[in-house]
Amino acid sequence: MIDTDQVRKVARLARLQLTEAEEQQFTGQLNSILEYVRQLDELDTEDVLPTTRAIEVSNITRLDQLEVFVNREDILNSAPDREDDFFKVPKIMGGEE
Amino acid sequence: MTAAAPAKPSATAKYEAVIGLETHCQLGTETKIFSTSSAAFGAAPNTHVDPVTMGLPGVLPVLNEKVLEYAVKTGLALNCQIAPYSKFDRKQYFYPDLPKNYQISQFDLPIAEHGWLEIEIIKDGEPVRKRIGVTRLHMEEDAGKLVHAGSDSLSGSSYSLVDYNRAGVPLVEIVSEPDIRSGEEAAAYAEEIRRIIRYLGVGDGNMQEGSLRCDVNISVRPVGQKEFGTKVEIKNMNSFSAIAKAIDYEIERQIAAVEAGEPIYQETRLWEEGPGRTKSMRMKEGSSDYRYFPEPDLPPIEVSADQLNEWRAELPELPAAKRKRYEEVLGLSPYDTGVITDDRAVAEYFEAAIATGADTKLVVNWIMSDIAGYLNAEKLSITQIKLTPEALAEMVKLIEDGTISNKIGKDILPELLNNGGSPRKIVESKGLSQISDPAEIEAMIDAVLAANPDELAKFRAGKTKLKGFFVGQVMKQTGGRADPKLTNQLLSKKLAG
Repeated sequence: MIDTDQVRKVARLARLQLTEAEEQQFTGQLNSILEYVRQLDELDTEDVLPTTRAIEVSNITRLDQLEVFVNREDILNSAPDREDDFFKVPKIMGGEE
Repeated sequence: MTAAAPAKPSATAKYEAVIGLETHCQLGTETKIFSTSSAAFGAAPNTHVDPVTMGLPGVLPVLNEKVLEYAVKTGLALNCQIAPYSKFDRKQYFYPDLPKNYQISQFDLPIAEHGWLEIEIIKDGEPVRKRIGVTRLHMEEDAGKLVHAGSDSLSGSSYSLVDYNRAGVPLVEIVSEPDIRSGEEAAAYAEEIRRIIRYLGVGDGNMQEGSLRCDVNISVRPVGQKEFGTKVEIKNMNSFSAIAKAIDYEIERQIAAVEAGEPIYQETRLWEEGPGRTKSMRMKEGSSDYRYFPEPDLPPIEVSADQLNEWRAELPELPAAKRKRYEEVLGLSPYDTGVITDDRAVAEYFEAAIATGADTKLVVNWIMSDIAGYLNAEKLSITQIKLTPEALAEMVKLIEDGTISNKIGKDILPELLNNGGSPRKIVESKGLSQISDPAEIEAMIDAVLAANPDELAKFRAGKTKLKGFFVGQVMKQTGGRADPKLTNQLLSKKLAG
């Protein structure tokens, strides 16, 4: 079970501002999702190793070969704000958060 | 924060510091860890950006194979166990230098764990060695760089500018065990990491450019106490001496606080090089909830035994092994060993020179004095000079067998350094070989004595210091080519007679 305090914490970490009604609504919705997933508990996974992937594939790498991305201007222009060659972001408060 | 007076020496002795380092090393690949943009330092802002770097929707990061190779080699060099199964995770936090709002890193299955390295500190001419544990090494991407506009200080800025060239540059983060006890040991540890990185050729370890960065965790506790004190993190040291100074300052500060009964806060402090102190940066507790989860876009890594053996076979002899061999097999002093092995290219130059049988100590002296002086003055690396190690050995042998004097060696060195060539041929073509025929030297001594009757009279009257004058005259006549030892012997005989 997830409670409203946990929902508030997750919202704060994700920089989401929720109304009280939303907090209640999401607590209920998140719980029903967790309940749904909990059905998997019925399976005996005692001898199954944990996995981190959905498909059996590993070691996908590429060569260390330079390919310059040419549409740099598009990237800079996609940002909410820019100044010359830089991305411009709002003032950062004293600490990290 | 705490304005406590410095701890008295008597108090300091009752405490010990417990120190661990987190070291970030940039890997010297051509491209970024997950995209094909350049990873080079110093380009114009935001020229090394692409959709993967920026985390745009629909992109697929793919691991650079060189990053894996370099990380595994570094892990092996640090005596780590390489994970048979390793994966990447997303570390979530919000800061404008992080374009995706998460950093791709490794959390619970790092590529390498359980290693160690050996530091060597010279105390009274003797090497003191200590093993420092390495908890883990993992691969991750670097963040971008913030430029604060409007004001110098972070909090005074009205806005910030961001350059994402560095975002996605490959790093390995190396976490040490809390085995370090002093600033000196911490600096030696960080230097050894850099030396290993450079020996392996996987990075340049340049602290000024930020390709080697160290964060320090430090606490103090009364000697004999088992539990750790409250841990403080210090950042912002950009030289090895700054690491040592920041730690020594912080040890004093923490002991003084404990002695005064003041609390030590778990916090991050910044080293300020100018005033030489650490300053509290922030006091947020429990805010570092990074909600790691497996990076779904990157499949896991399983390094095969064959691959591991291949990479292991490519490792060079590492600094600690070299130091041990130089001291114990070649008989070099710990100091000479430290200087020669600091740079792999210098060590290899030295080894190539002595491989031809030239005297070890003479070769060391030439490298550490005249050649090092030239490299410093000309801002060159030893691989860029024209004097080959074989030619240096040839010159040292000419001195050893008495063909030329040490002085002539010094005279012809600039030509060899600038133009290369064979010392023997230069000596022959310029007629610089040493005069060691007694009859020839005797004749010259006779001429010198005859030309300076006054000095000779004074000498015979007891002014024996004038012997040096006569030696000098003979050298002058021969352009420094007369065998100094033989000249001295013969002169003594003549003057006595």
